[in-house]
Amino acid sequence: MTTHPRTPELARAVAEWIELIRPALDPRNAFLARVAANAMATIERELTQGPAADAEAVRRLTSLLGRTGDLEALEAALCAEIRASRADEHTPGLLPALREVTLARLAIDQPSYRHEGLGQPGS
Amino acid sequence: MILETREALSRLAERLGGEGARLAAAERLSGGASLETWAFAIEADGRREELILRRRSAPVDPSAARKVSLETEAALIRAVAARGAPAPPVRHVCDPADGLGEAYVMVRVPGETLGRRIVGDPRFDAVRGKLARQCGEVLAQIHATPPPAGVDLLVTDAAAELDRWQEVYRGAEAQRPVLELGFQYLRRRTPEPSVPVLLHGDFRNGNLMFDPQIGVAAVLDWELAHIGDPAEDLGWLCTNSWRFGRPDRPVGGFGDYADLLAGYAAAGGPPLALERVRFWQAFGSLRWGVMCLTMYTSWASGVQRTVERPMIGRRVSEAEADLVVLMEQGL
Repeated sequence: MTTHPRTPELARAVAEWIELIRPALDPRNAFLARVAANAMATIERELTQGPAADAEAVRRLTSLLGRTGDLEALEAALCAEIRASRADEHTPGLLPALREVTLARLAIDQPSYRHEGLGQPGS
Repeated sequence: MILETREALSRLAERLGGEGARLAAAERLSGGASLETWAFAIEADGRREELILRRRSAPVDPSAARKVSLETEAALIRAVAARGAPAPPVRHVCDPADGLGEAYVMVRVPGETLGRRIVGDPRFDAVRGKLARQCGEVLAQIHATPPPAGVDLLVTDAAAELDRWQEVYRGAEAQRPVLELGFQYLRRRTPEPSVPVLLHGDFRNGNLMFDPQIGVAAVLDWELAHIGDPAEDLGWLCTNSWRFGRPDRPVGGFGDYADLLAGYAAAGGPPLALERVRFWQAFGSLRWGVMCLTMYTSWASGVQRTVERPMIGRRVSEAEADLVVLMEQGL
């Protein structure tokens, strides 16, 4: 058994404590406390899902661009390609890669958000 | 500050209600960065009048924020109400004697503004199916309203809006491929300029007062009013971030495109192609994504230190997800 609390567990403990004290706060601070609890939940997801999501994003963008680098460098390179009109929505693999990378990020930032693609029949 | 507003409201109660009138209640509703909204009531001779005060509490830079003055807001509400659009009756525009600064008072319209309740609360089940058509009718009434004399409003169009928001995006120095692609995609599909009309500028679920019996009861929050492409108002109403978890109902999370367009045409609006509305809907997601970015940068630069700001910054990915899907689907 691990006896050293992991960082995501600390984040969860703080989020639970914020929820505990929230009812006693004035309306403005109760609202901000809920935002703070949501921030802790985002931190927990980032810690548990972030590394795999980033690694997958690097893999997708590396294959799309045919060059290597960290995620920040790859995204900057892709932005430069789009600005220079060397890439657009018809570029093979571009939209599928952006969709996957974006949905993985959304799953960390705001997993309850129902995006446009969930409004289609059969989705 | 709060005491100041209460004292000023007590004086205002006498001015509006006549001798013997008194302030019966006063409660601050929202704490916007630069705007205060108060609900208050005046009692005189056993009659009670429920009112709303909108008051500028901190100066805004109109060129940066593009917000109209509250005096202009009141003039616009009066103008559209005269054309039959549902807007809260303006009771009084404040002058220096009121000691409230830039402010006006309107009659409190009962109803619900919380988007999530409009799309999901059973109280709205019966009326929900009528809302998209009603929104179309109301927008046609607003768009047919000549801007009141003496009111100076920004005139813009799709190309100018793309320029403006791209500049804001560049200013944030972010590298977001989806937003980058969104600008490119929409530039290649910029609609031909149309006859510019008066726009509400922020016509979305959340800024509309709905009544469970009658539907649209009042259009609120006129501070982003301007002159431009009529489809801009319809498209923003359809932007997925304002559907509150119901992407299957493209109009505000409560209705369909066909009903919105039918209501617009039936009330005399100019012919609008769905593709043009979808352009502005996608532009709405792009704009919202950039707005979320600036929420983060305003926190990071120390201008606005509240936990809310960086968390809104995390909503860029919501706009990006909607944009990617729209670019896959096509307009």
